[in-house]
Amino acid sequence: MSESFANAAGGGIVAELAATMRENRDYLSEIDGAIGDGDHGINMVKGFDMAAERVEDGASFDEAFRTLGRTLVMEIGGSMGPLYGQFFRAMARQAKGVEQVDAPTFASMLEAAYEAIRELGDAKVGDKTLVDTLDPAIAAFKEATGTGAGFAEALDRMTEAAERGKDSTKDLVAKVGRSSRLGERSKGVLDAGATSCWLILRTTAEFVKRQL
Amino acid sequence: MQRIINDPDRVVPEMVDGFVAAHPDIVKREGHERVVVRKDAPVAGKVGIVTGGGSGHKPAFVGYVGRNLVDAVAVGEIFSSPTAAAFAEAMRAADGGKGIACLYGNYAGDKMNVKMAAEDLEDDGIEVKTVIANDDVPSAPKDEREKRRGVAGEVLMWKVGGAKAALGGSLDEVIAAAQKAIDNTRSIGIGLSPCTIPSVGKPNFSIEPGKMEFGIGHHGEPGIKVMDLVSADEMAAMSLETILPDLPFNKGDEVVVLVSGLGATPIMELYIFYRKVHEILTGEKGMSVYRPYVGEYFTSLEMMGITLTVMKVDEELKQLIDLDCYSMGLRQEKLR
Repeated sequence: MSESFANAAGGGIVAELAATMRENRDYLSEIDGAIGDGDHGINMVKGFDMAAERVEDGASFDEAFRTLGRTLVMEIGGSMGPLYGQFFRAMARQAKGVEQVDAPTFASMLEAAYEAIRELGDAKVGDKTLVDTLDPAIAAFKEATGTGAGFAEALDRMTEAAERGKDSTKDLVAKVGRSSRLGERSKGVLDAGATSCWLILRTTAEFVKRQL
Repeated sequence: MQRIINDPDRVVPEMVDGFVAAHPDIVKREGHERVVVRKDAPVAGKVGIVTGGGSGHKPAFVGYVGRNLVDAVAVGEIFSSPTAAAFAEAMRAADGGKGIACLYGNYAGDKMNVKMAAEDLEDDGIEVKTVIANDDVPSAPKDEREKRRGVAGEVLMWKVGGAKAALGGSLDEVIAAAQKAIDNTRSIGIGLSPCTIPSVGKPNFSIEPGKMEFGIGHHGEPGIKVMDLVSADEMAAMSLETILPDLPFNKGDEVVVLVSGLGATPIMELYIFYRKVHEILTGEKGMSVYRPYVGEYFTSLEMMGITLTVMKVDEELKQLIDLDCYSMGLRQEKLR
């Protein structure tokens, strides 16, 4: 297993993400229905499927993410369109022109994605949003690479931390977004955005590991 | 689900098709399939009034496109913010060279998409300013007013902002008038039955028979409490007791009152409710009702329920509220 993969060979990522969204469509909508509109799964599948169709054959990792980001921003409204749209656009910018994507490049992609989310919303860790998944996941990835772990192992640490972060939202009271209107009643269910963020990170990690 | 639809995933585009076909004297579709524009927009030399939001609130938002009201609307999926692209196209379509006033409601998705659209317009040298409506009293305490939702008070914000722009106001003047309108406005809703997003197919919350949700939001957001159903008179009294102390409204105030059904409420019942609102305001509260609006102004799919909005008016707001206008949702004659 190597410590990097060819950017040019990574265009299949969006099709895999779209497949993950399709598999989890009803699950995401059900979670969302408990404290939101119940349409998160529907919107995610719509956006990711549309993007998967638009990603050209032979697209690179960054080109595929750029198409995904642009599609989500342009075609999917709500909160998730802009948030995930800017998320993937930021990831794409960091990988643009890079020949081999290695752990430091991937870390910079994650950090840029997080920065894009922070620019749009006001969510902090503990507010019951996708930030509760993303923040510890990035920290775990960086900590692993900083202590000598290889790319693949760091991706595993990232996925585990993302899952714990996602699970932590169950006992949190929502502070931002529509579910925050529920106050204490938002407790006891997972946050749909935190859950889709975990699915995105997990699918991306699995995809990247297969390229290494 | 008993609904008059075709493909549940196509309700929004098919609704827009029908709306544009039904009101060719008022609106046109331009630039983007999810943008509805006043027929004679852009009006040169006038501040462009733009709004937008999720669908399912008819006549909001497209129903307020028209003369002396809103110039362009971005249309979202049911209960979901329009895209940044739709907001940006709506702003471009409304640009008459004096800037854009984007007057919309306090929802996370709308805020993000408007922000991205405004940045896009500013890159092209078009100035965009915003007012974010937050008139719904039950959605947050008074000291956290910035967290409150925008609800039916948005209609009065568009009326005032649209009139100010029509009378030649500058962008700053239009923004100030619209901000004053919403700052002077308080609203509350009561829900008696849930609503169903067609593509989801089942209600996303429930209200038991014999119960009502006091303080409910326009998407079924939980309110202050679930309680036994009470009479129309009691609903009117409770609603006023919640919103009047919040501003506060005082004896001698002149107010505009807007009562709206939430989609499934017979118009008859809106008048039964308004009867008591009027009696309390002009009786024990010692206020005068400058202009009442009773009807379907801002709904929530097929929810059974009602909303009450009260705006305190001064001479400027009275003049702007009185200006004639012509849209599907609001039509006023010139005052003599």
